[in-house]
Amino acid sequence: MGKFIRLKKGFTINLAGKAASKVVEIEQPDTFVIKPTDFHGTYMPKPVVKEGDTVKAGSPLFHDKRHESIIYSAPVSGEVVEIKRGEKRKLLEIKILADKKVEYETFKKYTISEISNLSAAALKEQLLASGVWPNLIERPFGVVADPGVTPKAIHISAFDTHPLAPDYTVLYKGQDQYFQVGVDILKKFTSGNVHINTHATSEISTLFSQVKGAEVNKFSGPHPVGCVGVQIHHLDPINKGQIVWTIAPAGVIQIGKLFLNGIYDASKLVALTGSEVKSPQYYKTYTGASVKKFLQDNLKQDHVRVISGNPLTGTSVGKEGHIGFFDQQISVLPEGDYAEFVGWITPGERKLSFHRAIGLFSFLSPGKERVVDTNTHGEPRAFVQSGIFEQVVPMDILPTHLLKSILAEDIDEMEALGIYEVIEEDLALCEFVDVSKHKVQEILREGLELVQQS
Amino acid sequence: MEFIKHQIEKIKPNFEKGGKWEKHYYSFEALETFLFAPATTNGIKGAQIRDAIDLKRLMMTVIISMVPCLLFGMWNVGHQHFLAVGQAASFMDKFWIGVVQVMPIVVVSYGVGLGIEFVFATFRRHPVNEGFLVTGMLIPLVMPPDVPLWQVGLATAFAVIIGKEAFGGTGMNVMNVALTARAFLYFAYPTDISGSVWTYIGEAKTVAGYSGATPLSLAADAATSGTNVVTSLNSFGAGWNEGVFSFWNMFMGIMPGCIGETSTLMCLVGAFILVATGTGSWKVIVSVFGGAYAMGLLLNLIGGNAFVEMPAHYHLVIGGLAFGAVFMATDPVTASQTETGKWIYGALIGIFTVMIRVFNPAYPEGIMLAILLMNVFAPLIDYFVVSANKKRRLQRATV
Repeated sequence: MGKFIRLKKGFTINLAGKAASKVVEIEQPDTFVIKPTDFHGTYMPKPVVKEGDTVKAGSPLFHDKRHESIIYSAPVSGEVVEIKRGEKRKLLEIKILADKKVEYETFKKYTISEISNLSAAALKEQLLASGVWPNLIERPFGVVADPGVTPKAIHISAFDTHPLAPDYTVLYKGQDQYFQVGVDILKKFTSGNVHINTHATSEISTLFSQVKGAEVNKFSGPHPVGCVGVQIHHLDPINKGQIVWTIAPAGVIQIGKLFLNGIYDASKLVALTGSEVKSPQYYKTYTGASVKKFLQDNLKQDHVRVISGNPLTGTSVGKEGHIGFFDQQISVLPEGDYAEFVGWITPGERKLSFHRAIGLFSFLSPGKERVVDTNTHGEPRAFVQSGIFEQVVPMDILPTHLLKSILAEDIDEMEALGIYEVIEEDLALCEFVDVSKHKVQEILREGLELVQQS
Repeated sequence: MEFIKHQIEKIKPNFEKGGKWEKHYYSFEALETFLFAPATTNGIKGAQIRDAIDLKRLMMTVIISMVPCLLFGMWNVGHQHFLAVGQAASFMDKFWIGVVQVMPIVVVSYGVGLGIEFVFATFRRHPVNEGFLVTGMLIPLVMPPDVPLWQVGLATAFAVIIGKEAFGGTGMNVMNVALTARAFLYFAYPTDISGSVWTYIGEAKTVAGYSGATPLSLAADAATSGTNVVTSLNSFGAGWNEGVFSFWNMFMGIMPGCIGETSTLMCLVGAFILVATGTGSWKVIVSVFGGAYAMGLLLNLIGGNAFVEMPAHYHLVIGGLAFGAVFMATDPVTASQTETGKWIYGALIGIFTVMIRVFNPAYPEGIMLAILLMNVFAPLIDYFVVSANKKRRLQRATV
């Protein structure tokens, strides 16, 4: 039996522009991009294709020097048109001009009973070769999982509480069979359980409620309750020297498809959301798609920021950009590059705030959907210990002390204060509520990299 | 608006790197951000949206919570003045005398403090922090109405330079800056900050029987003479201001004392604003009051002299306990920084305040010393709370 955990701390950011439960199929985007920068802990990614090569979905694009067996492969078939490099020739992205109809590399197909007889090693081999493996994320550090280790558990968060998050009942409709096979396979990789962490009060997709062979836990509370790191902390926390894997349901489904259909199927639904979108809805496309076609004639105004992912942890990619490997959401928000006369005191019901300081009344109507722009609303200042971080982190972790230990580059202190249990998304709310406008997520990643290198 | 913005944009290059006033960039930045919330947007990665709060608004909230104390204090300065000189006066007359007496102190405090802040920001190349906006208001509120202005200036300068900048500036100071200013005066000019300084008399003559004693000094005297403290408080002021030290009058704060700290009621209004807006820690406020009351009760049980036997609830309304609990102890920089630590920190302030008052009549104003003492010990409290957190994690790992 799973556990039922109620959390109180946190803050659900209620933004305007949630996607309607409608799936639209439009002409597929022309270009698809895989960015090595989406994968933390890649050390020296090396392309195995050249510009001009043709690839099929599932053909290798690059691998990383840290674990050369992990292949990162093409989501669609087509021609490699650009290999973009940055400073010191760091590999930034590989762009594919897609064929009209996707052709697949073929991998070995299995029936459900055959799969149950396969060894973990054989399963891993196919996952690694096909490019499905990078869906598995390892904690601590939130890096692509090391195929050589056996994690103490595998956790799957079955809901998303980020602002404007897509609804999983829409995203994964009809994928039950693949999901079940994916879970069966994951079970062979761990000495412990596969945990599926669901939301206690909202509708749960049959994908999660009917699944067999996994621990189904229930959670309730405000964001960040949907973050898998928070869930792990309450179910079975990560201690020094322990390793846990996490994977999104989309990844589990890809695993199922790889073994049942014998292809790397990178198709997924993506939610187009945000206050500046005319009709926010779901689109069917593939990993790494260009956002251009989804935005065409679908924006209310032109001065916007296009984000791959959600407004709290996402990346601004621009109107011509591409969706990140793990993202299933595009958020479009008004750009906030305006100066407001005495903006530090003007009252406003429309200004969204977790605080209740003078002039900020948004706490009076928590149910209201708000339009929030990308302005910083203030300037960087020294840390002020107002105890506000502690109110949005529902874990037995002292966020301010942890962040200060990172700034001091004190690795022992970071370990003692629990850096192994968190990645950026778990502390993203601190960045939102911070009075002094620190880049909390960036600081945390620096700390994680310091510990990793030590 | 557009005109001002345009003018700012025009002079801005002079302050940026390579400009002729490059050195003064942070002074410029302070004024610019005061006029216009900046047009900066969030970075490419990470949070793309931010809370509407900033440090200026947070500090403004604290200042607004002090306004009831300030306004009441201004009226009270006038009210006490006319009582002491034995004249009747209208509400506006009283308030006006208070304004004339108090505003120069406020101006000197802000002028000296902000001046030093700007100088340090220029030399040490860091942004001017908004923290002094609060400190600059706190200092006048803990000054006696009759304090010479040069002393206010000197105390402010000492507090900002030695109490704050010497430790590395805003956020790094160990002790509460406003209380450092007050303590400086207390120890540097002890004769000037005692006796009849608590009422503004001016050029006028006091009424017959006038005395500038405070409830704390009366209580300390009662301890030596052995009379009941409550009786001696209630009978004080006979003939010119009878009942000034009755319990309810002291709760209301219609008595001589520092400009802003006489009224427990106004402090509670401030506390309400701080707690309702989430800017002040209710844990600290409640635990200071709780600690003082509990210590008072304990002393009542033990007994000893008349001061020890004073009813515990009197401790909460005499002296500056309420003001200290609400506005000084809650200072986020110098208070305990962990949530558990805040309970311990606050309770110890309350306990020490009463102990210093009762057992050390040489320093009647216990709250000031108690807070400064606990400011120094707050990091130690935090150390134990953080160690407990680490220990929980370690234990989990070995089980």
